[in-house]
Amino acid sequence: MVRIETPAALEELRKNLADERRRYERVLILCGGTGCRAQGCNAVYEETRKVFEELGIQDRVALRYTGCHGFCEMGPIMIVKPQDIFYTRVKVGEVRDLITKTLLDGEIVREKLYVDPRSGDACLTMSEVPFYKKQVRLLLGMNESVDPKNIDDYIAIGGYSALSKALFRMEPEQIIEEVRRAGLRGRGGAGFPTAEKWAATRRARSRDGIKYVLCNADEGDPGAYMDRSLLEGNPQLVLEGMIIGAYAIGACEGYVYVRHEYPLAVENLYTAIEQAREMGFLGKDIMGSGFDFDVHVSIGGGAFVCGESTALMASIEGRLGEPRVKHIHTAERGLYDRPTNLNNVETWANVPVIINMGAEEYAKLGTERSKGTKIFSLVGKIRNTGLVEVPMGISLREIIFDIGGGMPNGKRFKAVQTGGPSGGCIPEQLLDTPVDFDSLYDVGSMMGSGGMIVMDEGTCMVDIARFFVDFLCGESCGKCVPCREGLKQMLYILDDITGGQGSPEQLEILQELAEVMRDTSLCGLGQTAANPVLSTLRYFGEEYREHILERKCRAGVCKALVSYSIDQDKCTGCMRCKKACPVGAISGEKKKPHHVIGEKCEKCGICLEVCEFQAVVRK
Amino acid sequence: MVRFVIDGRSVEAEKGWTVLETARHYGIEIPTLCYMEGLTPYSSCRLCIVEIIRGGRSRLSASCSYPVQEGIEVRTNSEKVRRARKVIIELLLASCPNSRTLQCLASKYGVTKIRFRPEDRGCILCGLCVRMCKEQMQAGAIGFANRGTQREVAMPFHSRSEECRECGACLYVCPVCELPCPGPLRPGQLCNSCLDTVQIEAFPSKD
Amino acid sequence: MEQKAPELAAVEKYGGRRSCLIQILHETQREYHYLPEKALRNISKAMGIPMTDLYGVATFFKAFSLEPKGKHTITCCMGTACHVRNSQGVLDELRRCLGIEPGQTTDDMMFSLETVNCVGACALGPVVIIDGEYLGEVTPARAKKIVQRLMEGEGKD
Repeated sequence: MVRIETPAALEELRKNLADERRRYERVLILCGGTGCRAQGCNAVYEETRKVFEELGIQDRVALRYTGCHGFCEMGPIMIVKPQDIFYTRVKVGEVRDLITKTLLDGEIVREKLYVDPRSGDACLTMSEVPFYKKQVRLLLGMNESVDPKNIDDYIAIGGYSALSKALFRMEPEQIIEEVRRAGLRGRGGAGFPTAEKWAATRRARSRDGIKYVLCNADEGDPGAYMDRSLLEGNPQLVLEGMIIGAYAIGACEGYVYVRHEYPLAVENLYTAIEQAREMGFLGKDIMGSGFDFDVHVSIGGGAFVCGESTALMASIEGRLGEPRVKHIHTAERGLYDRPTNLNNVETWANVPVIINMGAEEYAKLGTERSKGTKIFSLVGKIRNTGLVEVPMGISLREIIFDIGGGMPNGKRFKAVQTGGPSGGCIPEQLLDTPVDFDSLYDVGSMMGSGGMIVMDEGTCMVDIARFFVDFLCGESCGKCVPCREGLKQMLYILDDITGGQGSPEQLEILQELAEVMRDTSLCGLGQTAANPVLSTLRYFGEEYREHILERKCRAGVCKALVSYSIDQDKCTGCMRCKKACPVGAISGEKKKPHHVIGEKCEKCGICLEVCEFQAVVRK
Repeated sequence: MVRFVIDGRSVEAEKGWTVLETARHYGIEIPTLCYMEGLTPYSSCRLCIVEIIRGGRSRLSASCSYPVQEGIEVRTNSEKVRRARKVIIELLLASCPNSRTLQCLASKYGVTKIRFRPEDRGCILCGLCVRMCKEQMQAGAIGFANRGTQREVAMPFHSRSEECRECGACLYVCPVCELPCPGPLRPGQLCNSCLDTVQIEAFPSKD
Repeated sequence: MEQKAPELAAVEKYGGRRSCLIQILHETQREYHYLPEKALRNISKAMGIPMTDLYGVATFFKAFSLEPKGKHTITCCMGTACHVRNSQGVLDELRRCLGIEPGQTTDDMMFSLETVNCVGACALGPVVIIDGEYLGEVTPARAKKIVQRLMEGEGKD
């Protein structure tokens, strides 16, 4: 690898690399994100390599194993360029056939194309797939062109040109101004203006001149995984953002704090840092500019609270991940008591894009007060699960129904949860809410890091509130009383309600407890911990009252409130449920209708799952 | 000097003081549990919360760690503070139902019922013992272990650590490991026997 | 020549830097499959971190275990996306099949049951991870089969 010592050298390298890539007639791209890996894409990749060698086409067709393409539901995904043919759910056994037909015979294997379930039409290219149509994939779109373990790929598509521009053609204050005019707000959840943070850290005095920039990759919100996919798929983009930020702020050292639950992201990040160092984008005298900056990796130990800035810093210092009071901002006294700027992965990834596009162009995307795009992980009870990147201001309805394809199995939409454990559940009547920082806050939720969990009529909203409270009981650091004891008492109350033991007074207690937790907790985790309870009380109070007054769970989720029985007319006596029942709670002989033995039944629902005749009834 | 207002009264404080220190200097009482002079403020019990109005915005903050600032207005006994404080005492009592200190606080601040499920754990995790052991006794024999609702004060591997000199300072500062309040009978009940004797009048309830 | 204890090798690898403490604990756990008291005491001495602080860190983070773990680790994801697709039912079934609660290990030291609050494979929920291998769209009935197959592999029924 050559060390880049001038902007011209970078530009020349980019040209060479791009030319080299143009020599190939075709490119076969395989998605290697964690979603596709769980569906066996590693084996698909190995098979593809083998077939390439056997056919001797590796000199004509480039093979690229990349990060996440977003449409995890349909993985493993294979794309053939330049036509952009989009194959889904590729299995190892199909690889040979797909390659010979598509690459040698010039045929398209129609069975492996994505079929739009609404029109029934097969989509030939990626851009025809409804899932991608309304997206603006400013950041994620790069994933398809980049092998995360190869910095050359990133440079070939213009990587590090933003850094070059920032270092040689912009002053630090100008960079901050550019980010300010672009209207970039923190993608980690609260939406704090990034430029304000940078400026404050730049202004702050450090006793020995040391300042830090940190990247928060401790993506703890359950149901959110966009930061993982960015770090896994395009780590150089995140690094470039951090280097530009460090230069603007005047920081000499950086840390990426990444979850240990993301082993692939950690691996790719280490490789990326090493390659960036070798090429002179990190370390002393970056690109010959005289600016010094280096990045270290710090790995988490599995603690949601470490996403909180002061807890994250304590954890990097090798201490308990416990938040402290923030009467003095971390911009003045953060990591090791030095001025520290913390942004999340997606925020950093936006920085090179802004510098390259220019603030004006970037600010055209989004709304008045929320600029640019936001990546969401669209998961739960939805047809097209995966990562979607949309311009801010798009409505929830468009995301869920146009991009997500609505509910599977003809079920009815009930709510969408955004903002993770600090967010709230948004009901159907508010589906036209535009997705931006302020609108989501106004309806009692928040943007959060971008988890969007869709719930249908089979989801019990009291159970969901209980789920988040239970989650936070284990994830709170346990330092302050309102959060630790408040959550515990909240869990007891919700246990009562979901267990059929609730009383109407408990709803008032919940409300009061929630407000006190919000007002008096030490850190953001505790202050927002009651949001899932508050928002479900606000929009789904009816379900709480049903649990308490009628001892009824309309979704059939709360075990204490449901019972199982077998429809005697539909049961064929096939014995499947009887064999599957783990507690022997089903009686009956072969070819005769079965019965559920009420007192033995533990309500696990396995009988319902295995019955092929819809004879098991849950009430 | 920093000038600001506490409960309608103009006060002056040295730069670097906290709101709590200033209040105590002027004889204004703010209840605390996890605070002790000579130990680093920890702001975990949240009992010392006060309403701080700054730039027209009001919010509750722990006075033990809030540095004084020119021109702020502090309310130590507003409706908002009283309400939150009562819930916090109630929560603490649920975790240590027979603590005399907590029972007295309940009487003093008008907590007359516990609506939460009591669970006697004999510790409110205020961390006074941990800080005392480390900061004053220079031993560091005890610390916090686990997290969330499982958090506890413990010695490593629950065996006596070499650092412990059995000086007893941890017991001395503990607000809940004293003789139980003679009043209440069952966990979850309130004593309130001193309700009439304490001078609640000392804390005017005007906002 | 005497082999260096893995925890001390890890301390050395990271230059004894306290900012790498969690990495050092991860590497130690990778070797022993848990954090033995002796290893923690060695780290405490080698890095000059008081034992109380180290014990606090080791018990604070969910990734670390002070108890020995079984040969196989079965991890059930309890993230929101998995939850709305009935991961609770999957966990209940795993508990029943293994006869242990999350965080525990079977008496024969074969299986440990763990929960995790999201592994970021939300599109495939409910997710169960067996010794690092991800299984998607697991149902209670499938969970039972998975455990049975694992047990058969170990010569049990």
